[in-house]
Amino acid sequence: MSSSVLNTPALPSSTATHLTTWLPSRALRLLLRGLALGLLAFAVFGPLLNMLLWTVAESWFFPNKLPSAYGFAYWGRVFSPRGNAVESLVNSVSIAVGVVVLSLSLAIPAGYALARLKLPMRSLVLLMFLVPQAFPNLPVYMNIARLFYDVGLNGTYLGVVLVHTVHGLVYAIWIATAAFAAVDHALEEAARISGAGPLRTFSDITLPLAMPGLMASAVFVFLESLDEFTATFFVGAPEVNTLPLLLYTASAGGNYQIASITALILLVPSIGFMLVVERLLRADVLAKVGQ
Amino acid sequence: MNQRALGPILVAPALAMVVLFFVYPLAYSLISAFWSPEGWGWANFIKAYELYRNDIVFTVLIIALSTALVGVFSIAIGGYLVLGENPRSVAILKWLYRWPLFIPFVVAGQVMRTFLAKNGMLNNTLVGLELIEPVSAVSLLDWRGIVITFVWKQTPFVALLVAGAMASLDRSMIEAARNLGASRLRILLEIIVPQVRASLTVGLTLSFVTMMSVLSVPLMINAQTPTTITANMAFRINSYGDYGVANALGVISILLTSGVAWLYLRQASKDKSRAIA
Repeated sequence: MSSSVLNTPALPSSTATHLTTWLPSRALRLLLRGLALGLLAFAVFGPLLNMLLWTVAESWFFPNKLPSAYGFAYWGRVFSPRGNAVESLVNSVSIAVGVVVLSLSLAIPAGYALARLKLPMRSLVLLMFLVPQAFPNLPVYMNIARLFYDVGLNGTYLGVVLVHTVHGLVYAIWIATAAFAAVDHALEEAARISGAGPLRTFSDITLPLAMPGLMASAVFVFLESLDEFTATFFVGAPEVNTLPLLLYTASAGGNYQIASITALILLVPSIGFMLVVERLLRADVLAKVGQ
Repeated sequence: MNQRALGPILVAPALAMVVLFFVYPLAYSLISAFWSPEGWGWANFIKAYELYRNDIVFTVLIIALSTALVGVFSIAIGGYLVLGENPRSVAILKWLYRWPLFIPFVVAGQVMRTFLAKNGMLNNTLVGLELIEPVSAVSLLDWRGIVITFVWKQTPFVALLVAGAMASLDRSMIEAARNLGASRLRILLEIIVPQVRASLTVGLTLSFVTMMSVLSVPLMINAQTPTTITANMAFRINSYGDYGVANALGVISILLTSGVAWLYLRQASKDKSRAIA
């Protein structure tokens, strides 16, 4: 077909055939494109919608396609003072705050050193922080639980904070390193020339300039801790109950309403973070990650 | 203070944390895999092989399949974002594909558990559109459910890396190929994908390692045998306190991921030597 078009010298007829084939193929393309995007939208949002329905379903039995009664009765049960959700939520948030504080107090000095100071075997050190991501962590968690049991850390908040911190540390350090590396050297030198000491330069110039990147890593570490299941399952349960553990227990017990409401509570910050992540992590910081 | 000492001092606490709470227990798991009540030896591995042979194969197959599907979808998404001609579709796709990015696995497991069930929204929609008969609706809560959940959860992450790499490619070669009349699929597979192989391998390797450690999804989606070895490890410990066999399974999962990580490192060093040359 295309070769015949090329060989025909008569231009008008070729444009005409071109037009007639162009119109239906365009409509077909539009249809296919719409269908593909619609399918993708169903694949992405269908499962989430199904979960939302479960959070307001008071009764939903086979073979009904939709719940037979809607209401917020289960919300009341989840958030009643005797329900476990409030306790789990408080546990999850306080553990995550502890993880953020510990991670940042380790990552800020380490990130500064990795970005600004002379460090022997720098790339090896950076690689070392990647180790917790490079190995499957379940075998590690079950042995931490065993070691923690011997020293009385198993089933304690501190124990859970420690394992969550190790898991989140690589993000905290890599992002902190990139954030410090993106700070303009000239500004620090100007401060030093104007008579500021190294500590003053760090606290008044370097730290505030690196702050957006550090905040992004704090949010990320917070979320990682909030969502963490496997480590808490081995190290925390049953004494320390977090939202992911509550979700799992409710789901295993067939209580889909409670499980779905808990899932929704965990979902909201995750989706919020997904929507703002690009504004938090500026391109000049992202470009320096891993360098 | 001595400038040369300051750097190591600042890094030391973070490094100690990783060594103490990751490297040490990792070494501990490797060693205790070889220790059983009968003494040192392969007893745990023999027992793990006898009990969980099928589960090991099952784990490798479903995670390999999930990784492959994640790769295909990521290339398709990235490719459309770079080569798509309809700006509105590109914008919709860009907005759409990322939603599951930070959703935790335990939530993904619960969400899919309701969606893929026999009476879930997937079957109800197919029946409602008269694509299948109500009697032929089947529950997908088995190995298929695990694969679907893994792909749903991991594709946005890999696609984000791949699309980023594709967007930063030099467009002149793509334009040249287009002008020569190459189809978009051919441009994607023969020009774009080879240039973003590094990002693709990094994303898929990290995905593989992540999926290898997920416990919640197999427990929630697939309450039957065969199951993944993560579920077996948890079962060995919670039901029998049998750390020997659990650690033997752990070593097997570490070996499987090391194989994949080795491929990744080889690729990375190849890219680096190419960059230097």
